[in-house]
Amino acid sequence: MIVSRRKPVEEVLAMLQGVKRVAISGCHECALACKVGGDDEVAEWKALLESKGFTVTGTAMPNESCLNFYARKAAKELQKGNPEAVLSLACGSGIQTMAGQMKNIPVYPGSNTMFIGQVERVGHFNEMCRMCGDCVLGHTGAICPVTKCAKSLVNGPCGGAKNGKCEVNPENDCAWVMIYNRLEALGQLDKLSETLDDKDYDGKSWPRSVDLAKEAN
Amino acid sequence: MSVLEQALESGTFGVTAEMAPPKGCDFTEEMKLAETLKGLVHGVNVTDMQSASLKASSLGFCIALKQHGLEPIIQMTGRDRSRMAIMGDMLSAAAFGIDTMLALTGDHTSVGDCKASKPVFDLDSVGILRMLTRMEATGLDCGGNELASTPHFYKGAAVTPVYEPIFLQINKLKKKVDAGARYVQTQGIFTVEALETFMDQVAKANIKVHVMAGIIPLKAAGMARYMNENVPGIAVPDDQIAKLAAAAAEGKEKGVKGLPMKAGIEMAADLCKQIKERKLCDGIHLMTIGAEQNIPTILEKAGIAI
Repeated sequence: MIVSRRKPVEEVLAMLQGVKRVAISGCHECALACKVGGDDEVAEWKALLESKGFTVTGTAMPNESCLNFYARKAAKELQKGNPEAVLSLACGSGIQTMAGQMKNIPVYPGSNTMFIGQVERVGHFNEMCRMCGDCVLGHTGAICPVTKCAKSLVNGPCGGAKNGKCEVNPENDCAWVMIYNRLEALGQLDKLSETLDDKDYDGKSWPRSVDLAKEAN
Repeated sequence: MSVLEQALESGTFGVTAEMAPPKGCDFTEEMKLAETLKGLVHGVNVTDMQSASLKASSLGFCIALKQHGLEPIIQMTGRDRSRMAIMGDMLSAAAFGIDTMLALTGDHTSVGDCKASKPVFDLDSVGILRMLTRMEATGLDCGGNELASTPHFYKGAAVTPVYEPIFLQINKLKKKVDAGARYVQTQGIFTVEALETFMDQVAKANIKVHVMAGIIPLKAAGMARYMNENVPGIAVPDDQIAKLAAAAAEGKEKGVKGLPMKAGIEMAADLCKQIKERKLCDGIHLMTIGAEQNIPTILEKAGIAI
């Protein structure tokens, strides 16, 4: 899931300066789970903005704000209220998808998008994947060194762990100690003797696209 | 040929000293200190913004050392440079006659003093070594393009001998050696036993590399305690801390300054002496952390001349 956090209210109000009529759009997927853009948060923002003198012209809750199809439907609905601006509580991808569907109406972010992560339990998220496009999990006991190592070392560890904890954030376990323990439990310690290739950034410049139809041809 | 290479490859006990460039653009004081090392060491190893704290660059300081008639060893980390920048700096280093290097991954920017800086880590220590080895073998740059002229470096790496699980450090050391490291300097060690345990591991893993024991002369009990708590891989034994504390107490009583540092020099010299006499490893690397003026005394007391 895409993990996001709420943007500070003051920052949002500063973006909306000069605006009187505003619409709010949430997202029924990740942003809902993150308590950033679900029904409750849309209602909260509505009440807050109204208390600050804004007119909330409408709200929308697309199933997935990052899907053009749903964003288009939501945008159509919101435009009927004739807003001067839209506040989107989706992730960065959802906000931009929504903005692409709003004709000549600015869309502002109500969230900061953080990472791709796991939901450990309700309200507790951990970063798991940095989307390098070249997965090494098969070599590392399904623990990602690109994400879990602060230096993204694919041939770790560095000498910086103390008592198995990372020097960068002692709350984090050293990725390579975790990988060692996991591989040992799996009887795969021999995998640590492989020197993996350095990450290759050729062809990895953003923005990236995937087009399955094109690839099939 | 690299002076350190000549020493280590011919079986001579290697001696290197570490120096840090200043946080500024005037090298005068540091060059004065460096002058005192002439004829005593096989190389002066110049840190690359250690602890991720901003300093003048290793390359610039190495050039200055070279111009003062010393043998610099350039430290190169991957923290602040992409592979292109690393290779470019190494070509420049070679143009100034710098022929010995130490590859490090580098401390993370978040532990340093410019925390907003982007941590690069395009290559880690293994990647840096592998890239340079490939360049030397093929005459090609990191993009596979032909170089007009190709340098050769005597390449080294670092290792943390006190580490749990040690398997990981030994495993990584093997990768570094496979990638081209010919010598390795250890994180500061404080006892013969710690070094012997580490050397046993290296031998067991059948790793062929020259090991230089990292020596940090202690200056005070507080410094030792701080390092034990905060510096990964550092384990100063209690009896050494007690000696430093006793020296401080004695100094206070007699009104004499500098006794703890003297005690630290004695302990470091004794360790160096034992390492050399008992042939525990191939050399020593002195990390005096700004007190390079003590190096001649330490070497003299240890009976080590190059």
